[in-house]
Amino acid sequence: MDLFEYQARDIFEKHGVPVLGGVVATTPEEAREGAEKLGGGTVVVKAQVKTGGRGKAGGVKLAHSPAEAAEKAAEILGMDIKGHTVHRVMIAQGAKIAEEFYFSVLLDRSNRNYLAMCSVEGGMEIEQLAVERPEALARIAVDPAVGIDEAKAAEIVDAAGFADDIKGKVAAVIQQLWTVFEAEDATLVEVNPLVRTEDGEIVALDGKVTLDENAGFRHADHAELEDSAAADPLEAKAKENDLNYVKLDGEVGIIGNGAGLVMSTLDVVAYAGEKHGGVKPANFLDIGGGANAQVMANGLDVILNDEQVKSVFVNVFGGITACDEVANGIVGALDILGDEASKPLVVRLDGNNVELGRQILNERNHPLVTLADTMDGGADLAAAKAAAA
Amino acid sequence: MSIYLNKDSKIIVQGITGGMGAKHTALMLDSGAQIVGGVNARKAGTTVTHKDQAGNDVTLPVYGTVKEAMAETGADVSVVFVPPAFTKDAAIEAIDAGIGLLVVITEGVPVQDTAEVWSYLQGKETRMIGPNCPGIITPGESLAGITPHTITGKGPIGLVSKSGTLTYQMMYELKDFGFSTAIGIGGDPIVGTTHIDALEAFENDPETKAIVMIGEIGGDAEERAAAYIKEHVTKPVVGYVAGFTAPEGKTMGHAGAIVSGSSGTAAAKKEALEAVGVKVGKTPSETADLMREILQSL
Repeated sequence: MDLFEYQARDIFEKHGVPVLGGVVATTPEEAREGAEKLGGGTVVVKAQVKTGGRGKAGGVKLAHSPAEAAEKAAEILGMDIKGHTVHRVMIAQGAKIAEEFYFSVLLDRSNRNYLAMCSVEGGMEIEQLAVERPEALARIAVDPAVGIDEAKAAEIVDAAGFADDIKGKVAAVIQQLWTVFEAEDATLVEVNPLVRTEDGEIVALDGKVTLDENAGFRHADHAELEDSAAADPLEAKAKENDLNYVKLDGEVGIIGNGAGLVMSTLDVVAYAGEKHGGVKPANFLDIGGGANAQVMANGLDVILNDEQVKSVFVNVFGGITACDEVANGIVGALDILGDEASKPLVVRLDGNNVELGRQILNERNHPLVTLADTMDGGADLAAAKAAAA
Repeated sequence: MSIYLNKDSKIIVQGITGGMGAKHTALMLDSGAQIVGGVNARKAGTTVTHKDQAGNDVTLPVYGTVKEAMAETGADVSVVFVPPAFTKDAAIEAIDAGIGLLVVITEGVPVQDTAEVWSYLQGKETRMIGPNCPGIITPGESLAGITPHTITGKGPIGLVSKSGTLTYQMMYELKDFGFSTAIGIGGDPIVGTTHIDALEAFENDPETKAIVMIGEIGGDAEERAAAYIKEHVTKPVVGYVAGFTAPEGKTMGHAGAIVSGSSGTAAAKKEALEAVGVKVGKTPSETADLMREILQSL
């Protein structure tokens, strides 16, 4: 889960990372109040969107008074930045910046450890720096069993080439940022820019934090950070039922078990769709391992409520998941929907208890359900039915 | 022959008394695997009873620790079914006891826990598979995990895959040939055994004549595997990558994109594999056809 800048700021503050005052606002009036709370002086009004390049897009503006903060907020709220609508702004205290640096620590999948990256040339696009002048970006491996202790922090600031007079201060902030990474179960903590102010303080001016959703069980407070406003209503409903669902822009609803098989099913349906008027998959929905009848019914409920969906392809290879449970889920969901169910379902089952699963569907003999023998055959049939609808 | 797991493997189950552990202990026994006991500190001294392949009752002892279970049974493989919150401790306990093969099935393990386990594992004798994986099957000999053992039998194909259900699908597509060993390495950002580890083992396994490698979008494991194949693998390899038509996934922080050094798309992975002579199918069935052609020409 990626956090907004203001959420990252709050988490930084909680763990002692030096940050500037910041208040989130969803209306111009709240922006005015926020600016007053910060002392009534110069503030920066910053669009809160989970994408880069908001400065260039006009999503960051200086305001010299609370009234001006409200004006700027009115301009920024509702803006579209790279497809993201701005629902919130952060009113941030202004700072006199002397120098801009860069720091991040993140999961390094390839090396199966963590990587700290640091540069005395912050503020700019860091990918650009990494490509154009890789020597300016220090990369230091971090052992997950040890983390960034005092010695590692010293190694990082040395490698990045900080001036002697601020090395100690920067290293201390890096250790605090490590605390954020570890204590919050983050997979990314990035500060760009990390600044030295004119009065010599090191401050994290803009932060990006990605949290590991698998660690949610030990962070009850992380659930509140979820941006429920941004979620598609169907995605929100799926989330409530613990379903792994992504809405796409097509006509064939897809349900399967296991991320790999569902992704593969999207591919096979998309290829089949090329022969049937260009129909495409309408969604990704993984009911996961060991899904029971209720989970299957919940999944079907989400998909059948998608107005774009014209047909549904259920593709299950039972490993932990038992095919009879899947079949019972389908039958149960169709019975609850009754006459409201009007979209054809193509079902392909294989693996654990497949005979029983097919038997249940055959006996119910629902007019909307067709059994397919193979994944390719099922995809083709579902695409054909969507095209014909 | 096979890789990592064979008929002599003696398997214990960590979490044998839980719902998942009990269900899959029964299925593993049904496959003919030698399950010799289980571990649950709170139920040490008790037993569990399941049926073996022949339908006879098998009573398995539950031990308090992995160390004790290994000493009493001679186990060299452990399969972990404990919940995510306890997986790190279970894995470290097994590593400390010196288990040879540690198969972590548990889904939803925090990645920082896995990173710590991986770091702890360095220099020790344990091979870890997973987490978040279906485990490993050597058809006709043994099963340490949740792969259905009824899909197909022994044969000349080695299979390595990130995804469980795609492993099953591919075994099903090629059931007329059979498999030496099929290993699901898991889809988490950090896993104990990689595509490259499995490729190396299959290359060295005389029974394996050809290899199917299944990947999916994200990360750069497939690109790295391609580089390894070019240098070290002489056996024919057929590839499949899931997610060609998937839209761009969750936006990663900028720093993430720098590390992977790859766009992580299916097309990029296909290109990398084809550049080193790996034939890549567009769908599981097309991939199976490519493998069929190769096997028929051997």
